[in-house]
Amino acid sequence: MPTLISDQRISRRGRATPELIFGDLWEFDPAPETADPRLQSRYDLFIDGKFVAPKTGRYFDSINPANEQKLAEIALAGDSDVAAAYRAAQRAFETTWGRMPGRERAKYLYRIARLLQDRAREFAVAETLDGGKPIKESRDFDVPMTAAHFFYHAGWADKLEYVAPGRRVAPLGLVGQVIPWNFPLLMLAWKVAPALAMGNCVVLKPAETTSITCLKFATILQDAGLPPGVVNFVTGAGETGAAVMAHPLAAKVAFTGSTEVGKAIMRSLAGTERKMTLELGGKAANIVFDDAPLDQAVEGIVNGIFFNQGHVCCAGSRLLVQESVADRVLAKLKRRIQVLRVGDPIDKNTDIGAINSRAQLRKIQQLVASGVKEGAELYQPSCSLPTKGFYFRPTLFSGVTMSHRIAREEIFGPVLSVLTFRTVDEAIERANNTAYGLSAGVWTDKGSRILKMSTALKAGVVWANTYNKFDPTSPFGGYKESGFGREGGRQGLLDYARLV
Amino acid sequence: MLVRSASASLARLRDEVGSVDGVGLEERVAKYTTRSIKKGAKLWGLRRAVSMIDLTTLEGKDTPGKVASLCRKALRPHDDENVPTVAAVCVYPSMVRHARRALGSSPIKVASVATAFPSGQAPLKTRLGEVRAAVADGADEVDMVINRGAFLAGEFARVQDEISAVVEACGAARLKVILEVSELETYDAIRGASFLAMEVIRPGDFIKTSTGKTAVNATLANNQVMLEAIRDHFLASGIAIGMKPAGGIRTAKQALHFLVAVKETLGDAWLNNTRYRFGASALLNDLLRQIEKERTGAYQAPYYFSEAAESY
Repeated sequence: MPTLISDQRISRRGRATPELIFGDLWEFDPAPETADPRLQSRYDLFIDGKFVAPKTGRYFDSINPANEQKLAEIALAGDSDVAAAYRAAQRAFETTWGRMPGRERAKYLYRIARLLQDRAREFAVAETLDGGKPIKESRDFDVPMTAAHFFYHAGWADKLEYVAPGRRVAPLGLVGQVIPWNFPLLMLAWKVAPALAMGNCVVLKPAETTSITCLKFATILQDAGLPPGVVNFVTGAGETGAAVMAHPLAAKVAFTGSTEVGKAIMRSLAGTERKMTLELGGKAANIVFDDAPLDQAVEGIVNGIFFNQGHVCCAGSRLLVQESVADRVLAKLKRRIQVLRVGDPIDKNTDIGAINSRAQLRKIQQLVASGVKEGAELYQPSCSLPTKGFYFRPTLFSGVTMSHRIAREEIFGPVLSVLTFRTVDEAIERANNTAYGLSAGVWTDKGSRILKMSTALKAGVVWANTYNKFDPTSPFGGYKESGFGREGGRQGLLDYARLV
Repeated sequence: MLVRSASASLARLRDEVGSVDGVGLEERVAKYTTRSIKKGAKLWGLRRAVSMIDLTTLEGKDTPGKVASLCRKALRPHDDENVPTVAAVCVYPSMVRHARRALGSSPIKVASVATAFPSGQAPLKTRLGEVRAAVADGADEVDMVINRGAFLAGEFARVQDEISAVVEACGAARLKVILEVSELETYDAIRGASFLAMEVIRPGDFIKTSTGKTAVNATLANNQVMLEAIRDHFLASGIAIGMKPAGGIRTAKQALHFLVAVKETLGDAWLNNTRYRFGASALLNDLLRQIEKERTGAYQAPYYFSEAAESY
C-alpha cells in the first residue's frame, strides 16, 4: 500500500529533507498589458451630466502605487459641490428618473453594461494603474463583474413588481454612497446598479486614492445617454465623504469601508429618518478539516488571502487548520507562496501587485511588526520587490493564538495568520471569536459538516471548498461589526426600495 | 469485520494518499493558461518542449519505412541548428529494431510500448515476453499499461505486482507506467494509481497519463494531479519520478501551459527530458513553426516543415 505522506517520516530517517527548487531556470520576460488607459491629466467633478470644476478650486494628485508617479489631478469637492450634486439628483429624480417606467430604466442599464464591455481593456488598465491590483485581476474579475452587476440589475428593472411578493415597491429618492479603494469599479457597480434599477438617483464619492476609473465611468454614463443628474460623482477625502453622508436630501446612505468610519457615520445619522446600509471590515476564518482535499484547500487559502494583495474585506485572513494536518498544510502553503509572482501590476504574469497607498503599506508593516513582537513565527518567500512603489511580500504567521493582534485586527494586506484547532466545536468557537462576521470558508469532504458549519458560523457568507466567489445574484453583507444590509440579489435590491 | 469490496479499497487508498477536489483543481490549472510567455522565455520553452518529445507513431499501418522516416525527423527536426533533437521515438515492439537501426548511436532513445498496449488485456506472461523482446531488440525505454481492470476492482496488490514484474523484465531500460487516466474515471483514482505505481518503480522511471487511444487523454487537470502526486512522493521519500503527458497535446501553446504547470508545481529540477516528456507527434511541427515565427517574425506555411508521421 502507498506510503503515508507525513513530515515526521522524513525527519525520522535523519537525512537531508528533499526539497523542490523554484529558481530562475525559466524566467518569464516582462509581459505588460499595452491597451491605452486613455487617462486625462485632470479630472473634474461629474455633476448633472457634465464635468464641472470644483467650487473649492482645489485639486489633489492621484498616483500610481506601483511606481509612485503622478497619474492625474482629481477635483476636491467641498460642501457646496456636494450640495450642487444633490440638487441635480433631486431634479433628475423629480423630472425624469423617478417617473420613468422600469422597462425604460432597464435599457439604460443594459447600455451601460455593454459600453463597459466594449471598453473593458481600457478600464482594466486604468484600474490597475490607479489602484495597484494585478492586471489579470482587473481584466478577469473587476471589469467583467462590474458589467455583470449592471446586466443583472437591468434584468430586475422591469420586474420590480415581483421583487417583494404581495407588496409594491417604490424608490427611496436620493441616495448618498461612499465606496472604498479596494475594488473601485466593482463597488461602484454594487452601489449604483441596484439604486438605479429601483429608480433612485445617486451621489457617490469614490475613495481619494482611486477616483480615476469612477470618473472615466462617468463618460460611459454620458455615452449611454443617462439623463443628467441621475448619477453624480464627487471626489475628495473624508470630509467630502462626510458631506455626502450627512446631506439632508439623502433618503438613504450606503457605505463600504472601515468599521471605524462606519461607526462615525452611524453616530452622525443617529436620530434621523435616513435609511442606511454599511459594509465594513472582516477577519474571516478559513477552516481546513483533516479530510479536506489539501492541495485545493491550499489554493483556496492563497486565493482567500492574497487576492488583490489581501485588500478584500472578506479576505480569509485567519487560517484555522485541524491539528493533524497543520504541518502538511503549512508546508504546502510555503511551497505554493514561493511561486507567487510579486511585482509590477501591469505585467500579465503578476499574481500580487502593489499595496494601494503608502499609508496602507505602513499599517501592514506595523501590524506585521506587532506579530513578530508578540512571538508569532513569520515566513516570507525571498522574492525580489521593485525598488519604487508600495510592495509587501506575501506573509505567513504560524503559532498565532486568538489573543495576538494579528488574529484580531483587520490587516487588509497579504498577511495570513495560521491557528490550529482540534475539534469541530473548537473551530466554530474560534471562528466566531471576533467582532467581525463578514465571511468564512470551510474545507472538508463531508457534506453534513459543511451544512452544520454554515449555520454555526456567524458570517454573512460561508464558502464551502472554495473562497472569494462572487455573483450578482448572491446577497453579500455582514454580521456584527461587519455591517448590515445586503448587496446583490433580491435582498440587495430591496435595500434600495420603499415598500408601499 | 472489515468490508473488502472494491469501493472500500478505493476509499482506503484515498484516505491514505489524500483526495482531490475537481472544481478546485480545474480552477488551478486554468490559471496556467493565463500565463503570458513572451520573447526569450517563449523561445526557451519551445526549444525545451522539442527536447522533451517522445516522437510517436502507434498505428496498425506502421511500416519499417515509416518508422525510418520518423527517426530521420527525430534526428533533424528542422534546418535550424539551434533546435534540439527530440528525446525519443516511441513505436510498437515490432518496430523497435528498425528504429534502433535508423537511430544508430545517436543520443535519441528508442521507446517501445509493450504489455499488450493499449488494452493490456493479455496474460501476464505474454505481456512480460513482449517487454523482454522489445528490450532485446534495443529499446532503451518501455511504456507499459497498468491493469485497469484490477485497479478498478480494488486489487491493488496485483496491480503493483504486475508493475514490479515489468520493472524486472525491463532490466536497464527505463520504464514509463501508463495509468490510462480516462479509464480511471476520477481524479481521486488517478492520484491513487499514481502512488501505487510510484511505490514500485525505480528513481528516474516515469508515470504517464494515457495511451492516446481513448477519447480523453492528457489534460492540464490530470497532468496536475500526477505532478502533485510526484511532488508529494518525492518530498516524502526523496525519490524523483518523471512525468509524461501523452495524447491530445498538439499545439505549442498547450505545451507551454504544461511546462508552466511543471515549473510551478515541481520546479526547475523537472524542466528537462530526464524527468518530463511529451508523448506527441503533431506537436513537433507546431513547435518548429512557432520557433521560426520567433526567429523571422512571420508564420511559415505548414509545407515548409517536413512531416514526421501522423499519430496521436
